[in-house]
Amino acid sequence: MLRYVAHRLLASIPVLFLVTLISFSLMQLVPGDPAILIAGLQATPEEVERVRRQLGLDQPFHVQLISWYAHLLRGDLGSSLLLGRDVLEVILERLPVSFSIALYALALTVGVGLLAGILAALRQNSWVDQLVMTVALLGVSLPNFWLALMFIVLFAVQLGWLPSGGYVDFREDFWGWLRATTLPAVSLAMLQMGLLARITRSTMLEVLRQDYIRTARAKGLPNHLVVGKHALKNVMIPVVTVLGIVLSLLLSGSVVIETIFSIPGIGSLLGSSILRRDYPVIQGGLLFVATMLLLLNLVVDLVYAWLDPRIRYGHGE
Amino acid sequence: MASEALATPLEAVAAPPKRRFPTLRRLLRHKLFLVGALLFGIVLTAALFADFLIQVDPNRISIRNKFRPPGSEWIFGTDNFGRSQWSRVVKGAQLSLAIGFGVVLLNALFGTLLGALAGYFRALDNVLMRIMDAFMAFPVILLAIGITAALGPGSINAVIALAAVYTPRTARIVRASVLVVREQAYIEAARAMGASHARILLRHVLPNCMAPLIVQLTFIFAYSVLSEAVLSFLGLGAEPPTPTWGNIIAEGRLYIREAPWITLIPGLALAMTVLGLNLLGDGLRDVLDPRLKVQQ
Repeated sequence: MLRYVAHRLLASIPVLFLVTLISFSLMQLVPGDPAILIAGLQATPEEVERVRRQLGLDQPFHVQLISWYAHLLRGDLGSSLLLGRDVLEVILERLPVSFSIALYALALTVGVGLLAGILAALRQNSWVDQLVMTVALLGVSLPNFWLALMFIVLFAVQLGWLPSGGYVDFREDFWGWLRATTLPAVSLAMLQMGLLARITRSTMLEVLRQDYIRTARAKGLPNHLVVGKHALKNVMIPVVTVLGIVLSLLLSGSVVIETIFSIPGIGSLLGSSILRRDYPVIQGGLLFVATMLLLLNLVVDLVYAWLDPRIRYGHGE
Repeated sequence: MASEALATPLEAVAAPPKRRFPTLRRLLRHKLFLVGALLFGIVLTAALFADFLIQVDPNRISIRNKFRPPGSEWIFGTDNFGRSQWSRVVKGAQLSLAIGFGVVLLNALFGTLLGALAGYFRALDNVLMRIMDAFMAFPVILLAIGITAALGPGSINAVIALAAVYTPRTARIVRASVLVVREQAYIEAARAMGASHARILLRHVLPNCMAPLIVQLTFIFAYSVLSEAVLSFLGLGAEPPTPTWGNIIAEGRLYIREAPWITLIPGLALAMTVLGLNLLGDGLRDVLDPRLKVQQ
């Protein structure tokens, strides 16, 4: 196990290095003079010069690259052009907001998606199966930002059950938080719920055909034990592996969903930085999210290897 | 296969004559594939014949007619400038599909190239795949946002960004099939006969990796149409007044209380396209490669 942990940790170092390099390169993609773009067309030459110096754009490429890494090693992601504050500080301040909604959406995804998938597999080709699969297919096909707008029209405007936007801190008022985050979390989770239900169903169907399930049935185990104990354990393995994808999708969706529901999280921070060309925030935000995801995936992999010894010994290809 | 047929010539003769296009026949028997073909076919027809279907210029402003609900005069209603929503949504279909197609094309090209190189030449594998891993560490939309934010808004830039984001995913799938195919006996045979690497790759390896690639590209088409809508919703796609489904929804959002149809209709068009493509992808996967399960 220790060897496997060491191997995985070492393997993630070059990827992390490349991730930082990609984030850095984004700035190099800006066509023309980024300083003029950022400062705006009305800016005086002095203002443009100030922006250029602040971003280090007056330096040659290799100096910029070295200083990017020098700052990164100190945990410095630069400072926002518009907010005039440290990027990492702003991100960390907004992290609990996005994190709480992501957790809510993740709970919905796993709870509903897994259950629906198992149910559909157990009642293959019945109306339950058909219903679950239709809803799951709609879930992966309906655009989440459009769904969010439709939810607002229905549940906030027409029925008035839930607020159409805003955020309440869960440490202050849990019910307020739940009311404010339900529509965003459901809109965010739709895609993943559909995805997970589809994967769970097909995995479950495969597992139910295995010999050990037939053995369990043959020795007279009641159905709930066959499904709940023998089948479920083996269904969980592929499900754990898609959690990384699920998290990545959640974070992808958060930009639009947080913007629509005016939630002060990392997603809406990125959303508002795009149009104002606040590049340090975009760069820093992307790097932060990607690094977090890498670490989460690493943890998922290690847990996975711990659960399934075959992975530990058979790694490589 | 050939040697077996030679060894048992009688059986080969006795076998019923092979039907032509077996894959196509099986696809046509797949009900959901047909539903997908119908849904996508409608959107595709609208996009191809947009100029015949549109009577009113999608950008013609007529304030007198603003906020007309869908009806006999205005099929899809009008927006806050009194522009015909029908014209705008149909024109949007054209752009959406063009962008999706562009991303698929670039994906097919670069995904196959990178995947084949990584899978076939073991020396390149590690380096290429670590680079792909790094790209895939970023959530799809976030990286696409980062790239389009840097390049500037516009359709071409959206295509470049989405191709960059999805290519590593396609490459990984191609690599996985190349890894399997390259160990087959017929590849060894080709090598023994002195075939060059290029010939082996192009003639023997890649044709046997097509099934998962086609399935993957169908899904990439669906994801790209969806992601492009997100980008243009955020103001990173084609710039107004050029209509895209994403920017129509973004504009309609401001009038969602008094004129919900502005938002509703392009969203339905988008959902129909993506649903159609997903069903096509599912059908192709079932028929071409049943071993593949839901993949990202």
